[in-house]
Order: sequence, then C-alpha cells, then structure tokens
Amino acid sequence: MTAQPMVKAEGVHKSFGPAHILKGIDLEVAEGEVFCLIGPSGSGKSTFLRCINHLEQINAGRLYVDGELVGYRQKGDKLYELKDSEVALKRRDIGMVFQRFNLFPHMTAVENVMEAPVQVKRESKAVARERALKLLDRVGLADKAGNYPSQLSGGQQQRVAIARALAMDPKLMLFDEPTSALDPELVGDVLDVMRGLAEDGMTMIVVTHEMGFAREVGDSLVFMDDGVVVEAGHPRDVLTNPQHDRTKSFLSKVL
Amino acid sequence: MTDKLDKTPGPADAAPEQVPPDIIRAIPVRHYGRWVSAVVVVAVLGALVYAFAQGNVRWATVTDKLFDGSILTGLWHTILISVVSMAVGLILGVLFAVMRLSKNPVTSSVAWLYIWFFRGTPVYVQLLIWFNLALIFPILNLGFYKDYMTAVMTPFLAALLGLGLNEGAYMAEIVRAGIQSVDEGQTEASHALGMTQMQTMRRVVLPQSMRVIIPPTGNEFINMLKTSSLVVAVQYQDLLRSAQDVAATSFAVMEMLFVASIWYLALTSVFSVGQYYLERRFARGSLRSLPPTPLQRIKSNLLSLSHWRR
Ligand SMILES: Nc1ncnc2c1ncn2[C@@H]1O[C@H](COP(=O)(O)OP(=O)(O)OP(=O)(O)O)[C@@H](O)[C@H]1O
Ligand SMILES: [Mg+2]
Repeated sequence: MTAQPMVKAEGVHKSFGPAHILKGIDLEVAEGEVFCLIGPSGSGKSTFLRCINHLEQINAGRLYVDGELVGYRQKGDKLYELKDSEVALKRRDIGMVFQRFNLFPHMTAVENVMEAPVQVKRESKAVARERALKLLDRVGLADKAGNYPSQLSGGQQQRVAIARALAMDPKLMLFDEPTSALDPELVGDVLDVMRGLAEDGMTMIVVTHEMGFAREVGDSLVFMDDGVVVEAGHPRDVLTNPQHDRTKSFLSKVL
Repeated sequence: MTDKLDKTPGPADAAPEQVPPDIIRAIPVRHYGRWVSAVVVVAVLGALVYAFAQGNVRWATVTDKLFDGSILTGLWHTILISVVSMAVGLILGVLFAVMRLSKNPVTSSVAWLYIWFFRGTPVYVQLLIWFNLALIFPILNLGFYKDYMTAVMTPFLAALLGLGLNEGAYMAEIVRAGIQSVDEGQTEASHALGMTQMQTMRRVVLPQSMRVIIPPTGNEFINMLKTSSLVVAVQYQDLLRSAQDVAATSFAVMEMLFVASIWYLALTSVFSVGQYYLERRFARGSLRSLPPTPLQRIKSNLLSLSHWRR
C-alpha cells in the first residue's frame, strides 16, 4: 500500500430536499493524481466537487481529504459539526476553480490573487504581492496584473482564477468545468496551465468535457451518471473501450 | 457676369482640396425643434423671474439675513442632526440587513419587526412619540443609570432617535437589496479560498453591494437634510425653526422661508457633487472606463453646444 489517498469517498449521499442527487459515491484520489470526472449534465459532478470542500454538506457516508473527515469531527462513534471558522481553516488547503471564474470584480488581477493570503494567512501585502505577481507570470499574465476582471478575456480571467487558488498553496485543486464558458480558441491557454500544474505534481480533480485533456493528462477517470459512479479506470481504457452501455452512449454523444 | 459679392467659389477656381475622397462632409441636420423649445423655455423662465422681481419681496432682507448668526446656528444644527441621524441609520441599516438575511429565524424576525414598525409609521409621529416618552415613562431606569425622562430626552436626542431609527429601517432594505444583488458565486469563491463569513461580507460582498447601495443612500441623505426640518416638532433649533424665529420678530415670513430654501438647496447641491465622486469610486472594476467627472462633462457639453449652434 502507498500513502493514504488525498480524497476518499465512502458511500457519499447528498439530497436537496426530496431530490436525491448523490446516491452513494465511492472513490479514491491518490496524491499527485489527475482525476477526471465526466458525466451528463445533472449527474451530480458539481455537487460532489462542492461536497469535497464543504460548500455542500453530505447527508450520509464519509468523505475524507488527506485523511481528515470533511465538515465533521469524529469522537467515538459521534460526529460533531465543525464551526464556521474550522471549516474555513480546512478550505485553505483546497483550491477551487469555477466554470464562471467568480473573480472579485472590484479588485485587479493581482489584488484578486493577493486577497486570500493577506486576509486568511495574514501575509504582509508586500510579500503577497510579490508572490501574486510570480503566480500571474506562471499563468502567462504578468502584464495584466493591474487589470480589472472586466478588462480581461474569459480565458485570462480563468487563468487569474487558477493563480488565485494557487496562492493559498493548496494540496488539492478542484476544477469544475474550467473551460466550458470559454470560446474555443481560449480553451487551450487554460488547459496548458492545468497541464503544467499536473506536471508539477499537483493533485487535481477535474470535471470536464475536454476528453482530449482527460486522455492526455488524466491518471484516472470516472464516469458518473444519475448520482452514482458507473465506470472508473484509466482514461485511455474508459474512453476507448467503455464497458457499460451508459458510458458508451454518453461517449458516443460527446466524442 | 461676375459679381464681386459672390463669395462662393465656382468649381473652376476652387483650390484643389487636400481631402481624401472618403471623408464625409455632410451638412448637419438642422434641429428646428430644439430652437423652438429653447425659446419657449427661456420665455417661461423669464416670466417667472420677472414675477418674483415685481412681487412684494424684500430681497434686501433675504441677503441681509442669509448669514445672520441665528440662521447659521440653525444651519449647523440641521447639518449636525442630519449627519448623525444618517450615521445611526447606516449602522442600523447594515446591522438589520445582515440580521434579516441571517439563517437564524429569531434574528431575522426581529429585523423584520423593526423594519415593519419604523417604516410603517410616519416619522413625524415617531418624533412625537420619542419627545413625549416622559408621559408614560416619567423616570428612566436602566439599572445602572436612573434619571427623569424629561432630563434625558433632550430635543437633540428625540430628534436623533426619531430620524435615526426611521432611517435605519429604510437603510436596512437598501443594504439588503445591495447584498442580494451580489452574485452567489462571489460568496462561494471567497469561502473556497478559506475566508470566513465575516471576511467574505466585509471584503467581497459589501464592497460590491456599494454600487447598488450608494445611489439610493444619496437620495436618503438628501431626504434626510430636508426631513430634518420636521424636528421643529420636538423643539430642536434647526435651520427652519431659526428662520421662523427670525420671521416672527421681523415680519418677513416669505423672506425667511427663502433664506431657509437657499440654504437647503446649497446643502443638497454640495452633497450631490460629493455623491457623484463616491459613486465613481465604487464603480471601479464594473466599468471598462470610468464616467467623466462633472468638469469633464461640462467641457464636453460646451463642445456639443458649439456643434448644436451650427
Ligand atoms: N442547491 C441546490 N438545490 C437544489 N437542487 C440542486 C442544488 N444544486 C444542484 N441541484 C440539483 O442537483 C442536480 C445535480 O447538479 P450538479 O450541478 O451537480 O450537476 P452536474 O453534473 O454538475 O451538471 P452540469 O454538467 O450541468 O454542470 C441537478 O439536477 C440540480 O438541479
Ligand atoms: Mg456542474
């Protein structure tokens, strides 16, 4: 056995009122792995991702990040909900990139990247700015540091958003369809940045419709449908030789 | 036949113009309608000015009393009570807006009740209630502090409570609308970065809601400057009351009302300019380029006026 998995889900269930969205998810994401999540719209991919950093609370099962229970503290056989501040503390280590970027529009690119280190980690502004500029350089936007999000293209905004998440030195990055809101010619820049991250050994969970990216960069791939994991394996195997009918019909539509 | 007065150059002797062929030199549209409406408006305005000039107004009294000591004191009191009441209103507004949006049913109901009462009754009635509180509670007993209500409830305090609490109810709704106007994705992104609820509210949500909050708040403050004249009801010596006091002794009723109006106009005008710059400050990031300042606007207006005259 190798080290403990970065993310481990055991029978995770999630409902919104009467709507049962996640119906028992079991999976493991190893450290340094690029884990791709595909599936039809409404299958619960975003919901699962949001459970991992406790933007949603799971109803049943267990979810661990780096060996620690998400959202709860276990004492004996009882679970205690974590306080708001404790949840915030755990989220520091998990970066998240959204489909619609969600940059802070009242801050420039570099201010967006500095914000969490200054507010959450209490870094000095000078130190945070220097590091933010380095991160912007890493995503190829050194010359856009002073621009507001409204003055950036979609692809540039998403790369700033990635830099913003990286600024907290996360041990895990969650990507929720990071390129779905982008014009086709802007997708490549964002995927390049993600590829670079993968090469640097970042653990990443990527919800995506970019099958090419999944095949080239992904270490494992899970096909989700209707709140359950239908098929899992190496991306090459699942994408070229799917075993289940549901996987086959989904792939025939998107490939 | 050559006429020396004919200045229009004929095609033959026209100097070859150095104009690229694709520059359009059209004759501008003549806006006759604008001319007519301008003349009508100016005429009405002139008639109005003439009427007031002919009216039985002692203009000398107006200019005389404009800087009268008691008027200036009243003016100061009006500014003071408006600013302090507005500050109280703002603080209460943010507080009750956050309470109203809280998941705790008790706090949100309390906020609802506050807004319901203070927005649902006239501010004049509220002022009178505070002023007459001594009728039902002759003695104020806070446990650590005890005194006659009439001694505690000064005109200033009655005015402050009346205006401030009323304003808080309106501001709460304005702030709530502002907070709700901020995209939920903003809160999520902030939480995902590890920011707490408080940090998210202070650093992400409130600054963005300012753009929605400031314009109606400016209106509220301008209203406050004028509504503060109601504090006459609680014996507070504001601008209007000072003007009326002078009027009572000098028999210049209209003149003193003009004096008060001039000062109210001055206050609201000065504030409107301030509001403009405040809005500009909080528009950062939401527009690709900031709107022009009033000075820049006047310049461009003058420019377009010169076009208009053609
Ligand atoms: N907060 C919520 N309240 C109620 N229902 C929700 C909520 N969030 C998600 N859902 C529902 O859960 C289901 C799964 O949503 P989810 O966003 O996880 O799907 P997805 O797999 O990410 O789809 P897509 O590819 O379209 O993003 C949807 O039917 C959605 O309507
Ligand atoms: Mg989704």
